[in-house]
Amino acid sequence: MEEIWLGLQRAVELILTADQDVKEAAWRSLSISATASVIAAIISLPLGSLIFHSSFPGKRLLISFIHTLFSLPTVLVGLFVFLLFSRSGPLGEFGLLFTPTIMIIGQALLVTPLMLGLVISALAGIDRLAKETAIALGANRWQMSILMVKEARYAIFTAFILGFGRAISEVGLALMVGGNIRGFTRVLTTAISLETSKGDIELSLAMGIILLAIALFINLVLSWLQQRGAVIKTRPVV
Amino acid sequence: MKKNRWLRISGFVLSAVLVLGSIAGCSNTPGTTSTPTTTDQGVGVLKPASRLKVATTSSLYDTGLWALLEPMFEKEYGVEVDVLYANTGIAIQYGQRGDVDIITVHDKARELTFIADGYGTTRSAFAYNYFVIVGPASDPLGLKGLSAEEAFKKLAASKTTPFVSRGDSSGTHSKEQAIWKAAGFNYTDIRNSGAWYVEAGQGMGPTLQLAAQKQAYTLSDVGTFLAYKSQTGLTSIVDKGSILLNVYAAIPVNPAKVAVTNSAMATKMAEWLMSPAIQKIIGDYGVKDFGTPLFTPCAGNEPTG
Repeated sequence: MEEIWLGLQRAVELILTADQDVKEAAWRSLSISATASVIAAIISLPLGSLIFHSSFPGKRLLISFIHTLFSLPTVLVGLFVFLLFSRSGPLGEFGLLFTPTIMIIGQALLVTPLMLGLVISALAGIDRLAKETAIALGANRWQMSILMVKEARYAIFTAFILGFGRAISEVGLALMVGGNIRGFTRVLTTAISLETSKGDIELSLAMGIILLAIALFINLVLSWLQQRGAVIKTRPVV
Repeated sequence: MKKNRWLRISGFVLSAVLVLGSIAGCSNTPGTTSTPTTTDQGVGVLKPASRLKVATTSSLYDTGLWALLEPMFEKEYGVEVDVLYANTGIAIQYGQRGDVDIITVHDKARELTFIADGYGTTRSAFAYNYFVIVGPASDPLGLKGLSAEEAFKKLAASKTTPFVSRGDSSGTHSKEQAIWKAAGFNYTDIRNSGAWYVEAGQGMGPTLQLAAQKQAYTLSDVGTFLAYKSQTGLTSIVDKGSILLNVYAAIPVNPAKVAVTNSAMATKMAEWLMSPAIQKIIGDYGVKDFGTPLFTPCAGNEPTG
């Protein structure tokens, strides 16, 4: 118990004194994961809508496959990205391995199936009536898709938050493709892993608390945006 | 009214993207003034040519030696040094794949193979120390005073007190296998001889912590052992004998064999590590924190026994 208490004190201390290494790792965690999540969202929203609204053979199978990728181990994605971007791999010439850019790519790959699956579920959760009414009122396919995304925005927000959560909390991929280079690719999770292995439990705990604080902050910002969205929708859409 | 609503919706979607985008934007624009954290390169990406990637065995990292050397080299040569710590096996792999420009490792046999296969240019043995067999202060098997080979024989014979192996293809793991061989055992037999033989599959630090939890013996490089001594409570049991010699060498990756980005700088680093001034710094390192130097510099006169 004392260790946890000391960790909490150390966290407050680190935040107050703005420890350079920790601050940088925290910032890096946030920027890398946020970028990866935005990229994943940009891919998932239109692709999810497309999959949901079209009917084709194997659609169910495809959705099951996307759901399977929810449990994709981060180290497996890490290994895949490592082999792809290693100098002797097919994309090695870009020299991206062990840089923040590759961490963004890896995390986006990891998070996209999750967001995609949740976007499809979110759209499926909207009353059929909304879609039918929209079409009956003469909405074209594009307008109808937009309307559906708008209707499903709460669940889509949740998808984004979950995706961001998975990105910022993962360690295996960040370690494998980022390399945990101090001052360059070290993020909070890889720093925690290193400090724990060094036996600095307090610092690890402190950084864990900072990571949680970041997640809380992001959630607050997003739910604030969501609230503003709710104000807009005071009247029925159709 | 409808138009207005759409405007507001797109407004808030845009602001959401902007909030995250502004955060994200900094990842590719080093020196963005809006962030307090990009005083150095932040998360920015320098050109590969201005970075030197070093894969080092974790003992040189965990002891803090690289933390001391890195900024010195960066300042002298105006290059950004990226230190990747791994075990010798992984460091060699990074080298073979061309993902790093230079490796600093400690496994002579594998280093010579690395060079013989054309992956490395020259081997610069820059420092050495010794491996130690460490264990609980009570020394339950009474291994103190024995040679490393005798100690291993006694361990294998008793099968009561656990021995924690790195089990991770590191330089230390190689040394352990060499000692088993020297003691007259087949390593595979030892691995399969029961629950007393524990494979940590982790770095030296976590392995020492595991050994402390289990009140077990383990083989460690002396630097990492000293760095972890106070937390683990383990003591040095066997620290003498030529088999325990632990030589660290730097090998630049051969640009003729694999596409590395900063070969010239890698060669400079190997030379730099062998220079008298840096050799002196390496030889003095650790006195302040551990009361004893952690490494003996050995440029030009690598010990063999």
